[in-house]
Amino acid sequence: MIELKNVKKTFTLHNQGSAVIEVVNDVSFAVARGECVALTGASGAGKSTLMRMIYGNYLTQAGQIRIGDTDIAQAEPRDIIALRRKVLGYVSQFLRVVPRVPTLDVVAEPLRATGASTDAAAERAKALLTQLNIPQRLWSLSPTTFSGGEQQRVNIARGFAFSYPAMLLDEPTASLDAANREVVLTLIEQAKARGAVIIGIFHDEAARARVCDREIDVSHFTPGIAA
Amino acid sequence: MTPLLSVQGVTKHYGSYIGCADVSFDLYPGEVMGIVGESGSGKSTLLNCMAGHLAPDVGEVVFDTRMDGPRDTVTMSEPERRMLSRTDWAFVHQHARDGLRMGVSAGGNVGERLMAVGERHYGDIRDQAIDWLERVEIDATRVDDRPTTFSGGMQQRLQIARNLVTGPRLVFMDEPTGGLDVSVQARLLDLLRGLVRDMGLSAIIVTHDLAVVRLLADRLMVMKSGRVIEAGLTDQVLDDPQHAYSQLLVSSVLQV
Repeated sequence: MIELKNVKKTFTLHNQGSAVIEVVNDVSFAVARGECVALTGASGAGKSTLMRMIYGNYLTQAGQIRIGDTDIAQAEPRDIIALRRKVLGYVSQFLRVVPRVPTLDVVAEPLRATGASTDAAAERAKALLTQLNIPQRLWSLSPTTFSGGEQQRVNIARGFAFSYPAMLLDEPTASLDAANREVVLTLIEQAKARGAVIIGIFHDEAARARVCDREIDVSHFTPGIAA
Repeated sequence: MTPLLSVQGVTKHYGSYIGCADVSFDLYPGEVMGIVGESGSGKSTLLNCMAGHLAPDVGEVVFDTRMDGPRDTVTMSEPERRMLSRTDWAFVHQHARDGLRMGVSAGGNVGERLMAVGERHYGDIRDQAIDWLERVEIDATRVDDRPTTFSGGMQQRLQIARNLVTGPRLVFMDEPTGGLDVSVQARLLDLLRGLVRDMGLSAIIVTHDLAVVRLLADRLMVMKSGRVIEAGLTDQVLDDPQHAYSQLLVSSVLQV
């Protein structure tokens, strides 16, 4: 359901002597429903860049990125917005929220955006926060002051609030303790079981081995590294 | 789907100077678009051309009206355009004083827009005004106080209440959080986000604050010297800017 064909990415830094950095070239692969694929490769190989391109966060220079019927490389902003609302979820490593908004609302927001009622969204948010061991006394506070691990769990709760048919996970278990890591891996397994397409970056090798069906080494697509 | 607002080739000169030149885009229902650029880049000129405050020299501003479908607001009659600005459009000024009547009570400020669209029952108008004061987090006991007794942040929230009470479909905002301290900005952003989502509003926000557009806008246009030099999804333009000037703008933001 996610398919990349001959995808290319370069960055042109106009204000730094117009340096051109080729990140990836000629990337082609496909991921089916219910499948979880890990992007691997050394730091700087372009894993995160590729993931951000699939999300539409970075512009794609050439090639196609198909998610269902939409080609992200060509889509209008409003098509990508619609896709992100109901089809494509993304758990980034960093939490970016409006200051002052309570954690419960932060987690419920993606569900509200799909048209769920305030109550239904809040119920789902409470269930996820409980499952991810965020103490109830923190729910009414803004997550901006939380610890790194707590912020990451809020981010994960937000990412899993809606049952997206496709998900992108950037280091979902990076700063978690064993118990919470287990919860996140279970969430990923449940998403796979309901047929979600998942592409992830996992530096946690045991986690990768457990949830991923195969690996794609991004350094094969990095110009200058692949011989 | 029909765009709510379709801007085609809008150009405005001030004598021999370019205000804005050849701007075109479509805005769809429920979308929030940000316009960024340095002072003098033409963003406020463009906003004023779209909102009917300035007449563009060339170009069309087609709005999908409730009664007659898409109409060019540049060529429609002045009374028709004024009716739009009282009903389907709202305009939030940077300085609340420009959008409020400072000599009239808070409730009167909100109620005036209702009366302009034909509401006459005093009790209903007052109830709606109080309801809106509460929605923008102004205590209902302040309904009879004049905005001169309000803080800057409260005045801005009152201006928003006054604008949204008639249920507009398109809101123009000129630096809505400019001049407010950061804690008040955050509160206002949260409020605006909730209103946009719950009322299904479309909005065009002019600002030079990139953090504001990242949190509020779905789409972004970057302007320089009166022209749109880059446009796209907000996070894409901010995280992967293509044009030299956009790259400079994004990299010039001080990290906190």
